[in-house]
Amino acid sequence: MIKIENLHASIDGKEILKGLNLEVKAGEVHAIMGPNGAGKSTLASVLAGREEYEITAGSVDFNGTDLLELSTEDRAREGLFLAFQYPVEIPGVSNINFLRTALNEIREYRGEEAVSAKDFMAMVKEKSKLVELDSKLANRSVNEGFSGGEKKRNEIFQMAMLEPKLAILDETDSGLDIDALRIVAGGVNALKSDQNATIVITHYQRLLDYIVPDFVHVLYNGKIVKSGPKELALELEEKGYDWIKAELGETV
Amino acid sequence: MTEVIQESKIAKFREGLPKTRLPFRENILKTAENTLSTLDFPTTRNERWKYTRVAKIATKSFTAKEGIIGTLHLPVADAYTIVFVNGFYNQELSSSESPEGVTITALSSATEATELLGKNVRVDTAVFPALNTLHATDGAYVHLKAKTIVEKPIQIVHVLTGEHTIATTRNVIVSERFSEAEIVQVFLAGNATESFSNNVTEIFVEENATLSFDKLQNETEGNFHISTEHVKQAAHSNFKINTITLNGGLVRNDLFIDVEGENVETHLNGTYVLKGNQHVDNHTTVDHLKPNCESNELYKGVVDESATAVFNGKVFVRKDAQKINAYQSNGNVLLSDTASVNSKPELEIYADDVKCSHGSTTGQLDEDAVYYLRARGISEKSAKALMVTAFIGDVIDKIDNESVVEYVHAALHERFGWDF
Repeated sequence: MIKIENLHASIDGKEILKGLNLEVKAGEVHAIMGPNGAGKSTLASVLAGREEYEITAGSVDFNGTDLLELSTEDRAREGLFLAFQYPVEIPGVSNINFLRTALNEIREYRGEEAVSAKDFMAMVKEKSKLVELDSKLANRSVNEGFSGGEKKRNEIFQMAMLEPKLAILDETDSGLDIDALRIVAGGVNALKSDQNATIVITHYQRLLDYIVPDFVHVLYNGKIVKSGPKELALELEEKGYDWIKAELGETV
Repeated sequence: MTEVIQESKIAKFREGLPKTRLPFRENILKTAENTLSTLDFPTTRNERWKYTRVAKIATKSFTAKEGIIGTLHLPVADAYTIVFVNGFYNQELSSSESPEGVTITALSSATEATELLGKNVRVDTAVFPALNTLHATDGAYVHLKAKTIVEKPIQIVHVLTGEHTIATTRNVIVSERFSEAEIVQVFLAGNATESFSNNVTEIFVEENATLSFDKLQNETEGNFHISTEHVKQAAHSNFKINTITLNGGLVRNDLFIDVEGENVETHLNGTYVLKGNQHVDNHTTVDHLKPNCESNELYKGVVDESATAVFNGKVFVRKDAQKINAYQSNGNVLLSDTASVNSKPELEIYADDVKCSHGSTTGQLDEDAVYYLRARGISEKSAKALMVTAFIGDVIDKIDNESVVEYVHAALHERFGWDF
């Protein structure tokens, strides 16, 4: 699905990613954990194509395509989806209008027919149920006046509508109470198949009780420094990140 | 004794322009004549014209001449329509009938309009309305009798055509008490270059009358347009004007609304979407003279390339006009580094028990929002279009007539490629 090799990225001349390697295959769920400032959100932004970041070395292969050569919108059209840590409020642009535009531009890119208004509305109805998103919210302006939980559910709703091959969830659990967390995780799990893959970026292990990863990676100082099975997340939760630093031979 | 009078720019400008054909009272013509013998074209030293130069108009010589035009694409197909080409009534293109209780006719033949004609307009201080008064060739006279309710819109069409043409048009609109109507006034250009449209519209909204007025400006770049509306509202009346500027080189709108009765509702909305070297200036004045009234003003614009927008909105609340709710807002989005906006909202309040607010914002599109939309597969162009159309959509939503909304959408699609 995606193969990241020796990825180096910097912003304002400061190097954040320092040779990151990661491979995710179809059907897999990978969790990326790490302390604050390790580069977790930078990784998400770089993969989504945020232009402020400069890629200084490395490559990202996404289903045979050089991801780094694509514009932000073309990455989305190729099937990459980023669930934002801080979804943006866009006054005046309705969720519905926004999603229909997105869906049709993606379809056009793939040489598919535009979705009919009727089929689109049926899809909205079905997918909004998945994350228990009030259908009224679908008619409101994108994220405007949404609570924190509603914004995150709206991200997963968009993911359900766009059916990406690879979803990257950037701190989707932050600011969620346990009920909202369950709903969001339930949505993600329902969308899982052997054709797609998920990268869950999180600081805390809590989310991984609900979205169970196949692999857990520790991102520290711009690199993946440790990988393991799902039990690694529990160990990190219990012991914190200091032992990793110690293992790396750094003084804490 | 001999007097040596240096010829002013105005005198030169007026050379060859025909005298008005409208039934003005003598004293009004005299006042206008007096204005033009003492004032010259405004310069940027004049506060009301600080950001708008009229030298391009003042130094040209225009001629008033009839014109021939082809098929017109009008905003409302099913309307009572009256058409003027270069300021001359065109019977062929106008509707042959008026609804019951309504007079729709060329002002030049409406002797009954004499009493009202010029009553609403200050010609003693303003050059363009004075010029209009002295040289107007024609315009629409619309009179709604008391309790008349018109189902279909009344459409006043002004077409500008030819090179260095001047169209000096004057309208008088009277909504008697308890009447209800919707008027669409549209300005178009067909093969016009370096031509100038100078319009004055006088509107009388009498007690308990409801009048909705859509003003659509869709002339082409390279032409000049100055228009002035003077509106008087009596008690319990409801007036709404939407000024939609879709095209035009140099456009200046002066809107004056005198609220002369109690329990009056006033809505004034406007939107302007500019590119190239367009210059569009909206000056509005709402004068609350009586208590217990409400006025709402919303102007929003999008300015691209090297275009300039000017907004100056003034709301007066006079000493005895208590319990006034007056809201005014102007918002602008700049799409390029060379676009500019001069916005000045003003409130002058002499009463002490009022609710008034005003505000002005000018900014660029939110880059984070553009990125967010792109991250969902939407192209940068579509993302910006979505945001821009949402921005001015607030104003377009104020237009009640579906055909007018469609016309506006189609015009913006054609000129900017935006879909709504």
